[in-house]
Amino acid sequence: MNFMDIKQISPDQVVFFQYHFISLNLTIVFTWAVMALLVIGSWLVTRRLSTAPKISYWQNILEILVTGIQDQISEISRQKAKRYMPFIGSLFIFIATCNLLTVVPGYESPTASLSTTAALAICVFISVPLFGIAQKGVIGYLKQYVQPTVFMLPFNIMGELSRTLALAVRLFGNLMSASKIVAILLAIIPFIFPVIMQLLGLLTGLIQAYIFAVLAMVYIASATQVQEHTEAQKK
Amino acid sequence: MNSISLIGMASVITAGLAIAVGAIGPAIGEGRAVASALSSIAQQPDEKNTITRTLFVGLAMIESTAIYCFVVSMILLFANPFWDYVISAAK
Repeated sequence: MNFMDIKQISPDQVVFFQYHFISLNLTIVFTWAVMALLVIGSWLVTRRLSTAPKISYWQNILEILVTGIQDQISEISRQKAKRYMPFIGSLFIFIATCNLLTVVPGYESPTASLSTTAALAICVFISVPLFGIAQKGVIGYLKQYVQPTVFMLPFNIMGELSRTLALAVRLFGNLMSASKIVAILLAIIPFIFPVIMQLLGLLTGLIQAYIFAVLAMVYIASATQVQEHTEAQKK
Repeated sequence: MNSISLIGMASVITAGLAIAVGAIGPAIGEGRAVASALSSIAQQPDEKNTITRTLFVGLAMIESTAIYCFVVSMILLFANPFWDYVISAAK
């Protein structure tokens, strides 16, 4: 049961229902499915949390995941991880679940569409000034665009825009190429090679989820951190 | 040679060339990055976690250029506006 034809490049092109300019396409349906899976799964696991020495299997898994993300965030940002955890944790868990579910036949990852990855990259682009201004105030945040000299202003702005674009295109390119290669190999040599390429696609999907979250954290950290660095140097 | 065959030929040849040439640079760069990461892990095994994390982030950035070339190649093959135009004009 396959929703996408081999000639179609993006799940946006499979449209179930169209009303004027509002269309219900495959990307949206699978995004809702992943969201439902994550929300219902988390609600079921956190219904009865316990601090006793023996905790349930699922709570253990969630604790490992959450503390792992917390450690990574505090290592990268050198600050308390609590204020960045919801955003970065959601990014990582959503993208990882989207990518890992490609083992299910008939499923097409919503991150294989440029719309989803562009939306996630725009979220990161907006969050960087939000966290920076919350940490350092408007003047303190805007001052770093003219570091080290005011001639760097256009380059800093271009750098911000290009790294947002790179975030979106990197995730889209990796996921779309993985599913395309498996589809093409299934048409040519359906025996063992599609399985090997699917394994590689799963591995790169997980790595790309990690890289997306880590890069988002690095960008946020660079916007909220410069102050402490120069203060430490002055001492 | 009419425009349909010219556009089709140019698209397919360019798609192949784009990914062929575009994969050379990132592959060389990634090889060098992994080589230097391995030698620094050998010199300082305690810092393995930081080095590995930085290596993965660096590899992702280097890989981006190859992904751009791949996306251009895919567009030329699957979502080619010039091809759609000449096909619709020929109908």
